[in-house]
Amino acid sequence: MTTGIDLSQPQAQAIRSDEDVVRVRQLVRTVAVAAKLSLVDQTKVVTAASELARNTLVYGGGGSVEVTTMDNGRRRGVRIVFADSGPGIADLDLALTDGYTTGGGLGLGLSGARRLVDEFDIDTGAGRGTRITVTKWAR
Amino acid sequence: MALNAEESGRLAALLSEHVDQVTQRWTEAVAVQLRGRLSQAELRRQLQELHRAILTTAENGIVDVDAEHAAELRAVLGELSRGRARQGFSATETAISVYALKEVLLELLEARGGESVLRDFVAFSGLIDQMGLFTFESFVRTREGLIADQAEQLLELSTPVVKLWDGVVAVPLVGTLDSARAQVVMERLLQTLVDTGSPYAIIDITGVPAVDTQVAQHVLKTVVAARLMGAECIISGIRPQIAQTIVALGIEFGDIATKASLADALRHVLRLSGVETSRRSRRGA
Amino acid sequence: MERVPILKIGDILLVSIQVDMSDQTALQLQEDLAERIVSTGSHGVIIDITALDIVDSFVGRMLSTIASISKVLDAETVVVGMRPAVAITLVELGLSLNGIRTALNVERGMELIAAARPDESPDDDEFHDETDEPETTDSA
Repeated sequence: MTTGIDLSQPQAQAIRSDEDVVRVRQLVRTVAVAAKLSLVDQTKVVTAASELARNTLVYGGGGSVEVTTMDNGRRRGVRIVFADSGPGIADLDLALTDGYTTGGGLGLGLSGARRLVDEFDIDTGAGRGTRITVTKWAR
Repeated sequence: MALNAEESGRLAALLSEHVDQVTQRWTEAVAVQLRGRLSQAELRRQLQELHRAILTTAENGIVDVDAEHAAELRAVLGELSRGRARQGFSATETAISVYALKEVLLELLEARGGESVLRDFVAFSGLIDQMGLFTFESFVRTREGLIADQAEQLLELSTPVVKLWDGVVAVPLVGTLDSARAQVVMERLLQTLVDTGSPYAIIDITGVPAVDTQVAQHVLKTVVAARLMGAECIISGIRPQIAQTIVALGIEFGDIATKASLADALRHVLRLSGVETSRRSRRGA
Repeated sequence: MERVPILKIGDILLVSIQVDMSDQTALQLQEDLAERIVSTGSHGVIIDITALDIVDSFVGRMLSTIASISKVLDAETVVVGMRPAVAITLVELGLSLNGIRTALNVERGMELIAAARPDESPDDDEFHDETDEPETTDSA
């Protein structure tokens, strides 16, 4: 289903529905396999992507994701950028606390996803959307 | 640091006019530094090859290590560095093989004379520095590769998962448990549980010299992950001073079973799985 | 939308999740399962997640909810076949799946359910399905 895509180019995917979250998972897995991540690291980054894609859909009102294969000369990796133009996050520290949720979830999405990746960067503020960049490197 | 076309041409001329003299003096200069740990013949062969690679590069364009047509030069430099790194030469001893060319060139330039001597020497020096740096990087990369390979071999060796009984596997941990190793142990143990269908695992830490918060966290995570998969872990071999550290650090082992020795742990597991009861009844009969 | 099939094997309902579920599919499974537990009077549910290459917080919550619902409906739920990589990721994520019983494979899961209800055979449970104490049934 994912054969024939050029993984050297960033892969974009809209997040508008439930099914798109599934597509994001499959896309991230394909890229992670190509970047030669170990099975556990693949699982971690796909799980993190699933959490963040759902956040983009539920809290950001939909948005988009871009998945890129990384190569810093020594290690390969996967970088995923989630962007939405939703309400943004007013209190970031609170949002990153385990168990905190405004949407009736378990409150592990953001904080849990952060633990599953190597680099986690979030750019947000009340009223200006949210942009989350995560990177997972091959060991 | 690349040479311009004229300098490049003069370098090529200098090197090709005095082939024997260059390789002879070059070999001598390097041999002094390596103190006979590499045969003269071997050294001469390497330097001749390098000499030829520089000339080939000059024929195809200007002499520049980063240039596209300098692939052969880079390959020769890389091969030289890898060889030195594997044979246990130091970084200095590796780089000197390249830097010694400076002395040789200076002699040749002085003999030639002319007003461009100084400018040429500075330019050639720059090029040789560039080649030296390339050598150094190849050297380091090779060494890093060697270290990584050894670390991996060590991991393979030091983390065996053994089947103790039907449905019971054990992993005897020996040595310091750092984050990378803990991860390997964890993955291997869990995979063995699936492969053998064993619902019990014993983690024996008799051979672990010290337990800090991080190590304890790794062990605890393994136990929780095993539970998620439907298997129970028992930790054995906790020595008195480690027990003290665990308590002092405030680490909660919660409801995880701990036993003094591997034998106690096995007995505990067999009792849980009902094996010992049947053995006792057999013995009684 | 895809639907996850629920199989009835003896007294047990077996759910083998073979697809990458969307959140809707997961919620649907939760509903379907509750209905099937009641309609079949099953006392055990085995959810086989061998084929799942990830379990995120949503699926984790679904599993917990199914376990709680089936407990209310007097059925034991066992989640079986979780892959090591999935378990490691769940621990890192901070999801402990409290209240869920787990087993390495379907066979062990069935043993677990059988052990949890040692006094009942599939045939006679309809005679005292309101309570575990026969005396109460007699006096009623």
